[in-house]
Amino acid sequence: MVKTSKGQVTVERHGQKLVAVVGTPVEVGDKVRTSSDGAVGVTLRDNTLLSAGPNSLIVIEKFVFDNKTQDGSMSIGIRKGTLSVATGKIAKRTPESVDFHTPTSVLGVRGTEFVIEVGEGRDD
Amino acid sequence: MIRPGSLAGIAACLLLGACASERVVLLPSADGHRSAVVVRDQQSELLLDQPYAAAVRRVGGNGSYQSSPEEVNERFSAALAAQPPRPIGYVLYFEPGGELLTPASKAEFDKIRKEIAERAASEVMVIGHTDRVGSLPSNDELSKKRAEGIRELLIQSGVPAEKLEAVGRGERDPLLATEDEVDEPKNRRVEINLR
Repeated sequence: MVKTSKGQVTVERHGQKLVAVVGTPVEVGDKVRTSSDGAVGVTLRDNTLLSAGPNSLIVIEKFVFDNKTQDGSMSIGIRKGTLSVATGKIAKRTPESVDFHTPTSVLGVRGTEFVIEVGEGRDD
Repeated sequence: MIRPGSLAGIAACLLLGACASERVVLLPSADGHRSAVVVRDQQSELLLDQPYAAAVRRVGGNGSYQSSPEEVNERFSAALAAQPPRPIGYVLYFEPGGELLTPASKAEFDKIRKEIAERAASEVMVIGHTDRVGSLPSNDELSKKRAEGIRELLIQSGVPAEKLEAVGRGERDPLLATEDEVDEPKNRRVEINLR
C-alpha cells in the first residue's frame, strides 16, 4: 500500500493509470511511476519498504507472501530513477527468493537496506 | 583514449536507447546487523558487504568503490525522504489456555490502538501463537482464536476491519524454545505488526 506520496505519482494497472495517493493499494503487475516532482513510499505485506525519488519507474513483478507459514517470494524491477529498499520478512527467512533488478543487473539480498539508481533507463 | 570495446558499447547503447548508468549502494542496516547485496550481470558478480560499498555500471566499464553518506544524500535524498515509517511489532500475552489477556497486555492494547489510528494508511497483521501444551492442531486452532479475538477487540475499539488481517501460527514459532507440553507464558502471545 502507498504510505507516502508527493507530487505526481501514478500506478499503472491493466493499462489504466491511477493517481496514487496515501492509501492506494499496490498489486502484483503494477507499474509505479513518479514525475519530475514526485516521490512515493510503499510498504509491502511482508514489511518490505520501497521508496522512489523523481522520474522513477518501479515494477512489482512478483509478490507472494503466506502470512501463516511466512513463506514467500518477490521480484521488483527498477527501470529508471532512484529506489531505496529496506527488505522485510521474506528476505529474512528466504533471501534466495527475493530479487531486485535493473535493466542490466540482478541484485540478491541478505537482510538489507540499499539504494539503486538507473540513469536514462527504460520508459515502459 | 577510447578502446574499441567501449566504442562498441556506446554504439550498442545508442541503438538500444539504453545508455544506462547504474549504481547500487549498500546502506547500514537499521538494526545494526551485517547485511550484503550481490550485484550480478551476465559476465560478473560483485559482493557489497560493507556499509556504503557501491557498484557502478556504465558504458565502457563497471567498477566498485566506497561511497559515502554525503553522496547517498546527494543522489538519493528524495527516495530516502519518501521512505514509509518503519513497521512496529507489539506483543500481547495471555493467561494459560484461553483468550484472556494478562493485565499488563490489556494496558498495552490501548497504546497500540492509538498508534494504529495515528499512522497514515496503517495496516495491521495480527499473528497468534501458543505454548507447547496440547496437540499441534489444537494449538493451531487456539492461536487462530487468540488472533481473531484481538482482531475483534481492535474492530470494537474503532479500527476499520479492512485494515486488519488475523492469522494463527500455533506452536511452531515460540519466542522461547521449550520441550513439548511446557507451560510457557512468553509463548502464549499475539504479535501485532503495524505497518
